[in-house]
Amino acid sequence: MNAVVTVRIAMRALQRNKGRSLLTALGIIIGIAAVIAVVGVGQGASVSMKDQISTMGSNLVMVFPGSQRTGGFRGGSGTQQTLTAEDGDAILKDCPYVAAMSPIVRTGAQIVYRENDWATSIQGIGTGYLPVRSWDLASGEPFTENDMHTGVRVCILGQTVVDQLFADDDPVGKMVRIRNMSFRVIGVLTRKGSAAFGQDQDDTILVPWTTTRRVLQNSPFNNVNQLLIGLTSMDTLAQAREDIAGILRQRHRLAPGAEDDFTVIDMTEITQTITKVSSLMTVLLAVIASISLVVGGIGIMNIMLVSVTERTREIGLRMAVGARRRDILLQFLVEAVALAGAGGILGIVLGIGAALTVAQVNHWPVLISPGSVLLALSFSAGVGVFFGFYPAWRAARLSPIESLRHE
Amino acid sequence: MLIELRHISKTYRVGEIDIPALRDVTISIERGGFLAIMGASGSGKSTLLNVLGCLDRPTGGEYRLDGEEVGRLSSDALARVRNRKMGFVFQNFNLLTRTSALENVELPLYYGIPCTREERRRKALALLDRVGLSDRIDHHPSQLSGGQQQRVAIARALVNDPPLILADEPTGNLDSRAGADIMRIFKELNDEGITLIMVTHEPDIAACAKRTIHMRDGEVT
Repeated sequence: MNAVVTVRIAMRALQRNKGRSLLTALGIIIGIAAVIAVVGVGQGASVSMKDQISTMGSNLVMVFPGSQRTGGFRGGSGTQQTLTAEDGDAILKDCPYVAAMSPIVRTGAQIVYRENDWATSIQGIGTGYLPVRSWDLASGEPFTENDMHTGVRVCILGQTVVDQLFADDDPVGKMVRIRNMSFRVIGVLTRKGSAAFGQDQDDTILVPWTTTRRVLQNSPFNNVNQLLIGLTSMDTLAQAREDIAGILRQRHRLAPGAEDDFTVIDMTEITQTITKVSSLMTVLLAVIASISLVVGGIGIMNIMLVSVTERTREIGLRMAVGARRRDILLQFLVEAVALAGAGGILGIVLGIGAALTVAQVNHWPVLISPGSVLLALSFSAGVGVFFGFYPAWRAARLSPIESLRHE
Repeated sequence: MLIELRHISKTYRVGEIDIPALRDVTISIERGGFLAIMGASGSGKSTLLNVLGCLDRPTGGEYRLDGEEVGRLSSDALARVRNRKMGFVFQNFNLLTRTSALENVELPLYYGIPCTREERRRKALALLDRVGLSDRIDHHPSQLSGGQQQRVAIARALVNDPPLILADEPTGNLDSRAGADIMRIFKELNDEGITLIMVTHEPDIAACAKRTIHMRDGEVT
């Protein structure tokens, strides 16, 4: 008996009991569907996080001021006011691995254009900011080095701010009011989308950092919230971090053995964290998947055993008309594999549907990789072979005489 | 001779006790013969039919079928003999449920010499026509009367063109009219040269056969 005929006989047997076949495969269907859907959403999330991290700019190192120690108490990160724009200039000058640098001073304000207003974050930046973040202007001009010294009231708007304040007008050249002071819009940023953890990166206004410090914050000091540093290459990350730390310790006159009064963070740490989280998720999913597949497989074995008992007479008859033991074994094995395989296919379809629905409703990114589909399919077929073998072996071992007499 | 049994014995072992089901049975059946086997229940007639039908191996003696010693064949080889050399007709028909008459008749062809779907269909249709059921080919067994079901079973037994038909109480579950129909078909088949062996306990059914043997305590009397 050839393979095609075996498959056809098995298929006919399953068709004779459609309802039960479907119920039997349900365990596999649900298991596979859950895995496909969750893996799709998980992979989508991880890929989009990585994408978004790359939108922050590559080769990034961030320096934050450290925490302040007062008596026995330590304040949070950034409570020390020791990090200055001059530190950044020194790093840019003295560290050969640094390509560009921008101090960042953060504040927030209501911004008004005619009758519209919008609360947003203001980032005081240096000329190095746009290149380091590889962020282009959609229109207008970037700040000049001169703007950093004169405290001139100019700004560059993010797309979200433009959307909120300017209906159809071209913002470039218009005057907006920030804290009751007039600022001239000299440029508009291109759209960057949301960042790794969901913040809208386009909901921002860029102002020269000196203007932010002197005019908006009315402060004579040059301390900043952050130094954003662009390296020439990620290959020299370790040396660059060492140099930066050395320069800062020297400038801050820290005694050997004293704690750093700053924190250096690079993107690889964030990427590593995300990779760690997503691989942990993958392991968890694999565990859930195996449990659901084992449960589904046991369901198939159970029903196949019932089916063998129920169809004892049929088995006897098939043997009487010439079926060999291996024909019977194969028939029941193919039935189990077909049940599991069909369950797998249905589960994949259902899982993709569920993932796409989730994507539609929650606007989550979803990624269904062909690899996971293939893996799910071969796994369910494997479950069929594994759990179908025992019932099939029982069927093949039956004696034709007793089977024919079975009531 | 189509069938030669020499000193066939069959002993079942239940625990420590040997139970002889057949003792020293020696019979021969010529080609074109029609043999009825009669006997009370427990007389060994079913065991004899199982041995003749290659469903069971004798514990002693020789069984030559169509010139071939089949008493010591492997179970795969016996399956092949059953498929090619004989057809079975059972008391309870043993048709596959929820399966059309046509597919039931085609069943032995799946385990025989490979043939195309068209060939299978053609053979099965011809045989269903021959037993007078050409208008019932798509009916399932539950939609057929007992007599019709037994005729489907006969068509199934004939589909591989075997020289031998074995029937176990073929009329046992039928009313007398349907039973008479079945016996008429058997006689026609026998007239065409097919050898028939039939177990029955009804004397008027046995009377249709050319020869009758009686069994008692595992022996032919």
